[in-house]
Amino acid sequence: MIRIKCPYCGERDHSEFTYGGDASIKYPSLDASESEWTDAIFFRKNIKGFQKETWHHLNGCRMWLEVERSTITHEIKSVKPCHPDLQKLMELKK
Amino acid sequence: MSSKRIDNFGKINRDKIISFSWEKKNYFGYEGDTLASALLANNIKIVGRSFKYHRPRGIMSCGVEESGALVTIGSFEKRDPNVRATSQELYQGLEASGQNAFPNVNFDFGEINNYLSRFFAAGFYYKTFMGLPPFEWGSGTSIWMFFEKIIRKAAGMGKLSRLADPDSYEHAHDFCDILIVGSGPAGIAAAKEAADKKLDVILVEQDSLLGGDQIAEKEFDTNKTLDELKNLGVRVMNRTTAFGLYDNCVIGLIERITDHIYYDKKEIPRQRFWTIRAKHIIVGSGSLERHIAFNNNDIPGVMTVNAAKHYLNRYGVLTGKDIVIATNNDSVYNTADLLSQAGANVIILDSRKEIKLDNFNNNIQVKFETVPYSINGSRKIKSIDIADAKHQPYTKIDSISCDQVLISGGWSPAVHLLSHRGVKAKWNAENLCFLPGDTKENITMVGSARGIWNKSDCIKSGIAGALDAMNHMGLSKTNYFFPKEGGWSNPIQPLYEVKYNKSRSKSFVDYQHDVTADDVRLAHREGFISVEHLKRYTTLGMANDQGKMGNIIGLSLMADLLDKDIPEVGTTVFRPPYTPISIGALAGRNVGKHFRPLRVTPMHQWNLDNGAIMIDVGLYQRPWYFPKNNETLSEAYIRETTTVRKSVGVCDVTSLGKIAIQGPDATEFINRVYSNAFAKLPIGKTRYGIMLRDDGIVMDDGTSWRLSENEYLMTTSTAQAGKVMSWLEELLQTRWTDLKVNVTSVSEQWAAAAISGPRSREVIKNCLENPSLIENSNLPFMGFISANLKDGTPCRIVRISFSGELGYEIYIGSDYANSMMDLIWKEVQNYHGCLYGLEALGALRVEKGHVTGAELDGRVTIDDAGLGKMASTKKSYIGSAMRSRGTLIANKDREQLVGFFPVDKKETFDAGTIVCEKNNIKGSGIGRITSVTHSPELDHWIGIGFVQGGKEKWNNKTLIGSDPVRNKQMELEVVSPHMIDPEGKRMHA
Repeated sequence: MIRIKCPYCGERDHSEFTYGGDASIKYPSLDASESEWTDAIFFRKNIKGFQKETWHHLNGCRMWLEVERSTITHEIKSVKPCHPDLQKLMELKK
Repeated sequence: MSSKRIDNFGKINRDKIISFSWEKKNYFGYEGDTLASALLANNIKIVGRSFKYHRPRGIMSCGVEESGALVTIGSFEKRDPNVRATSQELYQGLEASGQNAFPNVNFDFGEINNYLSRFFAAGFYYKTFMGLPPFEWGSGTSIWMFFEKIIRKAAGMGKLSRLADPDSYEHAHDFCDILIVGSGPAGIAAAKEAADKKLDVILVEQDSLLGGDQIAEKEFDTNKTLDELKNLGVRVMNRTTAFGLYDNCVIGLIERITDHIYYDKKEIPRQRFWTIRAKHIIVGSGSLERHIAFNNNDIPGVMTVNAAKHYLNRYGVLTGKDIVIATNNDSVYNTADLLSQAGANVIILDSRKEIKLDNFNNNIQVKFETVPYSINGSRKIKSIDIADAKHQPYTKIDSISCDQVLISGGWSPAVHLLSHRGVKAKWNAENLCFLPGDTKENITMVGSARGIWNKSDCIKSGIAGALDAMNHMGLSKTNYFFPKEGGWSNPIQPLYEVKYNKSRSKSFVDYQHDVTADDVRLAHREGFISVEHLKRYTTLGMANDQGKMGNIIGLSLMADLLDKDIPEVGTTVFRPPYTPISIGALAGRNVGKHFRPLRVTPMHQWNLDNGAIMIDVGLYQRPWYFPKNNETLSEAYIRETTTVRKSVGVCDVTSLGKIAIQGPDATEFINRVYSNAFAKLPIGKTRYGIMLRDDGIVMDDGTSWRLSENEYLMTTSTAQAGKVMSWLEELLQTRWTDLKVNVTSVSEQWAAAAISGPRSREVIKNCLENPSLIENSNLPFMGFISANLKDGTPCRIVRISFSGELGYEIYIGSDYANSMMDLIWKEVQNYHGCLYGLEALGALRVEKGHVTGAELDGRVTIDDAGLGKMASTKKSYIGSAMRSRGTLIANKDREQLVGFFPVDKKETFDAGTIVCEKNNIKGSGIGRITSVTHSPELDHWIGIGFVQGGKEKWNNKTLIGSDPVRNKQMELEVVSPHMIDPEGKRMHA
């Protein structure tokens, strides 16, 4: 029963969003080696506590968001757009 | 037996008489009665049969913890089993009957189980029916399956009607500042305090009336309280159960709207399922009175002490004439007084040595240091044997004749909601109960749910709870304190079981599932000593009441056996729901046609008007086939397929996903996303493309058209449209943030029709303002144009072919779909063409070996699908590093896309058939058939699918298709998936 404060739409129910994945992953370039891609795709930490993850505001503004969420309590520390330009835009709006 | 209605007691409305039926006989009660109180007023004592031993059971409580009076309400499709008679309000015409009994609860053949009970100890069926005793004959065979059916029939409670639920249900959502569960003294005090500070307060009460335990106080006026709260602006929800507490102060409620009246229409929902988000939750859910385990402690006439008080003061029913009260605490004395005033002869058995009480009627006989030992009687109580509390093992010292035994073994705070949040309860040795543990969430426990027993302290705790909530919300910084738990004048004394000294006792720990003290000891002997094992082995704490009464007795017995304290043994976790919820309420309005949203294309009605039979494809309804003159499905699709191959057909293909891709980096973007080359696609051309996932598996296929230098239109499969859109957005927003590209879903904006067949060019020519645009020179294969229809409507025409014939797709603004179809259909008819649906579309593409979702199922690589040659070797793209990773290609014998023919051309087969080697027909075989059809052109059944090693390995060899589900086998020949016109001459024509 998470509620996420979408920077564009405001606080919304989790049912409007879909979970993406680990937001800390830096995907390698397309021509990177198989082993680099294997690391990026298959290996994940199992974090107890706050982790950065991506959520897609699917039934809203369709922004991809970086959400810092506690895996224990579901507490959400921060929400920001994944795209750096959108981040700047949202800062200006404030 | 002599429970009866008496004058001068109770708050029911005696001016309004209500008739109801019990076991098909008519009785009367009053407005304000529950079914249980009305049954008691009519002196009906046997209302149920126990789960396993089919022992007669009576009404044992007056609330949600009831485990004796589980009855069936209503009949036929309105039949509702396992309803607690104690919570069912009486209404005119209510039909109720007993359950788990044959022929009825008064005389039940199943009672024989009671005499065979030594065979039915805990876990008996696991032990007994694995094989036939004494040597477990048949063990390891399916003999258990045979016995299971019989056992399931013998056990269990009420039966479902098996008819569709005629009632409607609703889902609703709301917000508030503070939500308070329970309207006892604490809840009401909290609500008043918070509402006084102008906060938005919701007060939830499972009963029809407000007040909690106060309802059984003569001077308490529930209507006055309701008015006071409403005047303060409190939103009061009665007949509403808070069944579960979730993250972030989200609480689930079930509001019962028509369960207390006769209602056979659908306009008003029967129940409403609420999801409420509060800023703070105050739980004043009260506490539940426990019983004591002793021999025959379940004979009809046994009840909790507090229940007798409620039946007397709320319903005006005196539940017995000669009453024995067995206790270990102070809470019973007030009730004993009341019962005595109402005319009953009361004797109290108190296990304690002595107590001091003010204001207690000294005329009531109290036997100190005395405990209940065994009840005599089977269908009703005749007398009770008592024992000396000081002498263990206990022995009978005396017998008292009586018709009712009331028990109070202490009180357990209802910590369920906090337990839902994973907060462990703490054992309090002073008050012999589990108290709510600490939580950091915005939840405050108040009243007797906090272990506070007296009313004035409960009120104080309610006010403190409201202040606590306001402090949490940052609205005030008031100092407050919670009164200490407890509050009785004399301490409670541990008394959980009075052990019977003869064998074959029936000392029930958990009435609901017939779990006895001996069952707990058996579990201990057999090693099931952890609480979770104890629960599952004996079923202690399961079923309708979820151990509300019996859990702590079971824990104490296990603690005793292990020589530990109760907190060391632990407690099981309570999970939602607090009380049972009907499945209908969970489903709400999402039933039947509203089970999920329906998507239709803009020409949906046009298709229906022209005779389409529809089929569900994801959320869409698409034309399946267009029967002529009562054709069957197969007759229709074979005719449609033949017509397309011979002449021309038209088909609604609107449901394909369509994505507009625009921006200076659009070409770079699309070239990274697709596995095949796109960088050099000329403007005005379209190309088939395959997308892979990061891990190198095929994600989706479709076409993309280059509209201009920086603009593309991408089509996707119907099923993956949403996923592809999200995927493109993810790539642009999270990975390739430097690319200047915008993607927009335009699936709903464009309608599309496929026109296929050798005459399709002529058809379209006749539909266009400028017919020359469609000439082969102007619109070659894989080209597209912008054109106007005859009526001037602009459209785009792309020359692509899924059918393998000369084919086009026309895309038009959705609003013009119907007029376009009218125009095309008129021309198609001139060439004796047809409308075709999904079945013919499938037949056409299977003949061509074109893959769809049935083949691209998330396990298939581009090479498996036979499309590896299309993948670019000159660029990097999503999945390029991983598509040839060792683990994917290590197995040289991966399943490859092939076509299948039956060796006997008269043979048919179905999708899902497992492909096996001739002498090795087992397991998952070496392949599978994914799509099948009858091919009109080849005049036999064909299929496509996968087989290890592909066509190369199995050329000219016979394989076996095995279809165990349909009990079928056939010989198969492996062929190329491109079964018709493999060179593609027709579509290039």
